[in-house]
Amino acid sequence: MSENVGQIVGINGNLITVHFDNPVTQSEVGYARTGDVALKSEVIRIRGDNAELQVFEDTSGLKVGDPVAFSGNLLAVELGPGLLAQVYDGLQNPLPKLAEQCGFFLQRGTYLKALDREKKWAYTPKARKGDEVTAGDTLGTVPEGIFEHRIMVPFRLAGKWQVTETVAAGSYDVDQVVAKLRNERGDEVAAKMVQEWPVKVPIKAYAERLRPTDPLVTKVRIIDTFFPVARGGVYCIPGPFGAGKTVLQQITSKHADVDVVLVAACGERAGEVVETLREFPELTDPRTGKSLMERTLIICNTSSMPVAAREASVYTAVTICEYYRQMGLNVMLLADSTSRWAQALREMSGRLEEIPGEEAFPAYLESVIAAFYERGGVVRLKDGTTGSVTIGGTVSPAGGNFDEPVTQATLKVVGAFHGLNRERSDARRYPAIHPLDSWSKYPGVVDAQQVAQARKTLRQGNEVSQMMKVVGEEGTSIEDFVVYLKSEFLDATYLQQNSFHDVDAATGADRQKYVFAKIHGILTAKVFFPDKDAARKWFLQLTSVTKDWNLVTMDSAEFKQLEQRIDAMLAEVSEHA
Amino acid sequence: MHKVYHRIEQIAGNVITVRAEGVANGELAQVVGTLSTSLAQVIRLEKDKVFLQVFAGSRGISTDGQVRFLGHKMDVSFTEALLGRVFNGSGQPRDNGPELDENRIAIGGPSVNPAKRIIPRKMVRTGIPMIDVFNSLVESQKLPIFAAAGEPYNELLARIALQAEVDIIILGGMGLKHDDYLQFRDTLEANGALSRSILFIHTAADPTVECQMVPDISLAVAEQFALQNKRVLVLLTDMTSFADALKEIAITMEQIPANRGYPGDLYSQLASRYEKAVDFEGAGSITILAVTTMPGDDVTHPVPDNTGYITEGQFYLRNGRIEPFGSLSRLKQQVNGKTREDHRTVMNTMIQLYASYKETLEKQSMGFRMSAWDNKLLRYGERFEKEMMDLSVNIPLEAALDLGWQIMADCFEPAETGISSKLTEQFWPKQTA
Repeated sequence: MSENVGQIVGINGNLITVHFDNPVTQSEVGYARTGDVALKSEVIRIRGDNAELQVFEDTSGLKVGDPVAFSGNLLAVELGPGLLAQVYDGLQNPLPKLAEQCGFFLQRGTYLKALDREKKWAYTPKARKGDEVTAGDTLGTVPEGIFEHRIMVPFRLAGKWQVTETVAAGSYDVDQVVAKLRNERGDEVAAKMVQEWPVKVPIKAYAERLRPTDPLVTKVRIIDTFFPVARGGVYCIPGPFGAGKTVLQQITSKHADVDVVLVAACGERAGEVVETLREFPELTDPRTGKSLMERTLIICNTSSMPVAAREASVYTAVTICEYYRQMGLNVMLLADSTSRWAQALREMSGRLEEIPGEEAFPAYLESVIAAFYERGGVVRLKDGTTGSVTIGGTVSPAGGNFDEPVTQATLKVVGAFHGLNRERSDARRYPAIHPLDSWSKYPGVVDAQQVAQARKTLRQGNEVSQMMKVVGEEGTSIEDFVVYLKSEFLDATYLQQNSFHDVDAATGADRQKYVFAKIHGILTAKVFFPDKDAARKWFLQLTSVTKDWNLVTMDSAEFKQLEQRIDAMLAEVSEHA
Repeated sequence: MHKVYHRIEQIAGNVITVRAEGVANGELAQVVGTLSTSLAQVIRLEKDKVFLQVFAGSRGISTDGQVRFLGHKMDVSFTEALLGRVFNGSGQPRDNGPELDENRIAIGGPSVNPAKRIIPRKMVRTGIPMIDVFNSLVESQKLPIFAAAGEPYNELLARIALQAEVDIIILGGMGLKHDDYLQFRDTLEANGALSRSILFIHTAADPTVECQMVPDISLAVAEQFALQNKRVLVLLTDMTSFADALKEIAITMEQIPANRGYPGDLYSQLASRYEKAVDFEGAGSITILAVTTMPGDDVTHPVPDNTGYITEGQFYLRNGRIEPFGSLSRLKQQVNGKTREDHRTVMNTMIQLYASYKETLEKQSMGFRMSAWDNKLLRYGERFEKEMMDLSVNIPLEAALDLGWQIMADCFEPAETGISSKLTEQFWPKQTA
């Protein structure tokens, strides 16, 4: 087939209009050529014999009449061993390699292979000659980091295939053909270690989707106890700037109990990615004892990188997540921030002169967001094992107002909502997840009734505190005042967590159960004080002891001592039956 | 020889349209009007229709005016000779000095590869306790000053510029009052800093399009110096004028506005400028301090709101003081652990006590009775505001920490501050007033 080439007839920002003569496919990739660089772009609309393409790079220097070569392929990513520990841009260019080649700046039009072509992998075949396989079945494995990376039958193959040839165990690069397959019609396919998959299409080579029910322990107390996330669940973290979205995401990426973490820095600051980039290789994963970087992958399309690639980056990320899910792994995608992605859609929609919806976001915003979050989930694979993709997306609402379209569209499709709150972050109450506004539909690690009781205390405490602002402390009854102190105690010792302290930063599920039961005991105890000053003093002291308790490891002698002190303090003021 | 086009089809706002062929997106052109000759930049192409934004504005351009395409993008001369000079938004001298034409560099270049950045770790000392102690400025940080109109933000910028230990200062002025520009220049000159400064000034009377160029031109020059191992401080004032210039062009081009008339890509536009702040691995750095005036003192206005999501913190300037609440330097954790061991403790304790003071003030205003503790707080708060928050205070970090201890010691018992006994034994002043 001869090359399908069109000509540019219009340029508006990163949108080019291209006149074509041969057939063009919606969403296919084209390359706009200027001088000696070819700029990657994607067809987003076709009208008559003009196609409109969004260019993933800066378009300056392009001229009317410049050629655009259509590739015939959709925007795709490379899937294979060697993805982990990598840092890619939104189009899966490895950034460290790019830096080696281009220096300090990102040169447009430079595209590198996502996977290392030099590296050899120790391949062990699993499928044998004559086996009948379908898409997603394991052909063999290679060790990658801490687990076996499955080399699978290409996902694009439909129907049943027979293995006609396999390679012996050995050391190969990713372009190695590891098996040849043939179907009933006699089509032959050579399966390599690496395969490509279009990013905007979900990978569905599994038996069925299941309901997410297992809690995913993030070791953040307010999340696991009050607003839990399930493996395979989806949740969102909206919040105004400075409320701690990114810090929360970083903590989660360190401590979450999953096999693979994918961080998608989408339109955010480069500095934050740099922290992850430089720190993770130094940190050890408590689960495996190896470097945290070995289970982490970063897709980084920061705010100053081209907007269209930002739109692609979340899809690149979720596709890689789905790929690892196919290996029976639990994968977590942390997307920061989905608002920037929505804004990228808005910019494109504006250039296409589509009729705008609310705040000029396109009318299809909701369905696009819903389709993205639907790519999370738990699945049962064809071999009976399960894998999951959990998606946590931050939302950066304009002005911190949750009524804006992106937050609202997201809330409709997620299973948990961790709303960050300006007042809480201003009061340095971290994590600043609002305990009354947030919600979760997933089951948690702690007894549900205890949590319901604690929630009641928080609500009542809030009411009392509102009332006290009007009538003052003098006008509040001591019973109400104690309720208020209890809610403040719960807030200070359990909801707040010091993310910079070695022990306090991560509270495991067992510890949460244990500590929360103790705190529940305090919340429900009937306590008596002669006056409000005595009550306040006692609670302040208890808060300080309990905070110290949070700072020691559970197996230490101090842990026991402090617990006994808490018990003794409680006994002093409790009603004696 | 470049072809000259004589037929201008449309003039709307500062955008003109001509029919021409072989023109590249982003290319510069020279437009000759009856009043003056100006540069213009291609912003959109539609078949043979070319849309240009005219830097000097479209006033005085006639339909038979001359348009000559120059075949290159917007650029600026980069030489040591820039130092001590003043230019406008198109890079033309506005100080009667000679024009510079050697070593042209393109402006608005590609962004830095994140893999080539390093974690910033050098503090920029300013002598202002509210910054040094409470929200340390870090090299390569991008930080806006949010202020309502009328606050002394330009004075603050000038002070930081003079005191910061940097090699080169670049001032990008957008929509500046002419008086403010002169004041900046005179302050720099009086303190002998003009010779290491470069000024790109757009005043309120100059054409809007030039306003739009100021950040790009300032940052392009800054980037070149940083690559030569220089530590550069870029001051931009006022970014709200820049955003308004973007808005003006967007509306002229009939783009659909997103929020209060601002274009949908406001975030990306601001980010591509702020993200130029960088600490290069193995070279210099760029630190950006920018003023963002808040129309109506409203932080949810699109410009401060989008800025807050981009920058690494913000300073709120209110009633002539840097507000301790809301002001934040996201990078302070990188440096304030390595200054003096009591730095973080003083920072946290003083702010907590100040917060308690604010609560007490509220109680007082509602007529509740003041306890002995309340009275201590009132005394503390007053001294804190006078001796720490006032912008005229100019002391090094260590002196500011000592002062902090002194103020606390004059008002409280050690145990009342909640500071661990280990630190109070070491730092609590022995003599109290």
